[in-house]
Amino acid sequence: MSATTTTSTSTVAPEPRAARTYDVDAIRRDFPILSTRVYGKPLVYLDNAASAQKPMAVIEAEQRVYESLYANIHRGVHYLSVHATDAYDAARETARAFLNAESAHEIIFVRGTTEAVNLVAQTYGRQNVGAGDEVLITALEHHSNIVPWQLLCEEKGARLAVAPIDDSGALELGAFEKMLSPKTRIVSVAHLSNALGTILPVRRIVELAHARGIPVFVDGAQAAPRMPVDVRALDVDFYAFSSHKIYGPTGVGVLYGKTALLEAMPPYQGGGDMIRSVTFEKTTFNDLPYKFEAGTPNIAGGIAFGAALDYVNRLGLTAIEAHEHDLLAYATAALSEIAGLTIVGTAREKAGVLSFVLEGVHPHDIGTVLDREGIAIRTGHHCAQPVMDRFGLPATARASFGLYNTRDEVDALVAGIHKVIGMFR
Amino acid sequence: MSDLRDLYQEVILDHSKRPRNFHAIADATRKAEGYNPLCGDRETVYLVLEGDRVRDVAFQGAGCAISTASASMMTESVKGKTRAEAEALFARFHELITGKNGEAGSKASSKSDSPELGKLEVFSGVREYPVRVKCATLPWHTLKAALDSEGAPAVVSTESEGPNAESGGA
Repeated sequence: MSATTTTSTSTVAPEPRAARTYDVDAIRRDFPILSTRVYGKPLVYLDNAASAQKPMAVIEAEQRVYESLYANIHRGVHYLSVHATDAYDAARETARAFLNAESAHEIIFVRGTTEAVNLVAQTYGRQNVGAGDEVLITALEHHSNIVPWQLLCEEKGARLAVAPIDDSGALELGAFEKMLSPKTRIVSVAHLSNALGTILPVRRIVELAHARGIPVFVDGAQAAPRMPVDVRALDVDFYAFSSHKIYGPTGVGVLYGKTALLEAMPPYQGGGDMIRSVTFEKTTFNDLPYKFEAGTPNIAGGIAFGAALDYVNRLGLTAIEAHEHDLLAYATAALSEIAGLTIVGTAREKAGVLSFVLEGVHPHDIGTVLDREGIAIRTGHHCAQPVMDRFGLPATARASFGLYNTRDEVDALVAGIHKVIGMFR
Repeated sequence: MSDLRDLYQEVILDHSKRPRNFHAIADATRKAEGYNPLCGDRETVYLVLEGDRVRDVAFQGAGCAISTASASMMTESVKGKTRAEAEALFARFHELITGKNGEAGSKASSKSDSPELGKLEVFSGVREYPVRVKCATLPWHTLKAALDSEGAPAVVSTESEGPNAESGGA
């Protein structure tokens, strides 16, 4: 907003190239909430894996809808409805391009990743999974990529198979491959673990599954904000992510699915917008993507979600990935120096997430002390209790990075942890 | 930081590092397990009831400093008390840490024998940290569940629940 004229009092010292191409100070000014003070201290927001903060461009986009563009979509012949529809469809096209999907009709708008998993489990799953069949997931899944499949398996008399992870938190690919059986009807894996930060070898997983004719669903909730995703290069059958973790509004998300699969699937919910014609005898369903979008959607949220993707695209996911990689490496090195601190999740391929425990101090107490320093982290089981069980822990403390975090904030985290240690040891 | 010290008072830190009565009781007459699904904490409370009186009480489990200290100090506070006294103490404790002074429920428990909290007063700082209330009440809820568990002699007293006993608030 504030177009600051660059008054060059002195010639600006040449900055390192990385800093110039990725100006984190300027980026931070795009996020009003980052100037908040918490208990008198500057906010250090390191809970991005739970939800990310919103840039002004997103806040204004949503406001603009209600100020000048709002009406129901796909219904009216009037001016506002036409323009709201155009803006909503534009967001869908933005999401298509973001994932490099072939067609915009492969982009189903949902409430979030959780709904996407449920949608696929309740449509593709109910149609294709039967008694004695298997659904294969991994041991590092978020509850939202466990429970919908569990419900399906209970209903159908199928079995939920769980591929193991090793002590570093990496998927045991050999064991995974062995668990792909003639009974496996679908594989569902996270792209990036929310509790451990592990990046899964999705391309390889897809190859292994496709060699046996098994489709793959990928939960991209943590990956989409942190690395470039190309659904065609990965050749995934389904990919889902949430707007709120990628700097957009809550209550919006994307389910990508390959056309042929989506067309063969029954509808998820019945209602308006998902039909072509209705009589009391017979309903003809609408084309993709509307077949899966019953009812009035989150119109303003969807449009603002498009603005969030535009924002991320402007910075570039490759640059964001590099920035967060630097932060993760810097934080990993710094935290490794702290006596009694153990990092949970040390896979070679990691991104964005740093889970840790501190000897003799419960994560809740870490969280409370850090909170009073203005530092927001997550403590608990991160909706991944089986991961905690795998490591024999009730909980961890988790710092997770976003595109606006800085090394100074990592330093603040380290200082905060020393304060925790001073208090409890 | 001074306000953090209101929460983490020395007595609390001491009990969290060296919890008292931190063991199983082989011949417990009752026991219950408490679980906080928010943080995954689990605590087991063991009771030896003699008639209506808590002859022995101990606990085991893993929890944060607040819940461990609360469990430790709870065991010290309720040992030797009757069941009704223990429950009245929980009600008072709950009022202390939620800042609600159970006036609404006073007609139900109109008796004026409000028990002394004694050392438990150190938990007053918890009220400034609403998300931590459940940590402090977990052992008490577990104690209550153990007291209510069946299988013991017919001593079960008549009483109704404490005014705010069911939820950890906020």
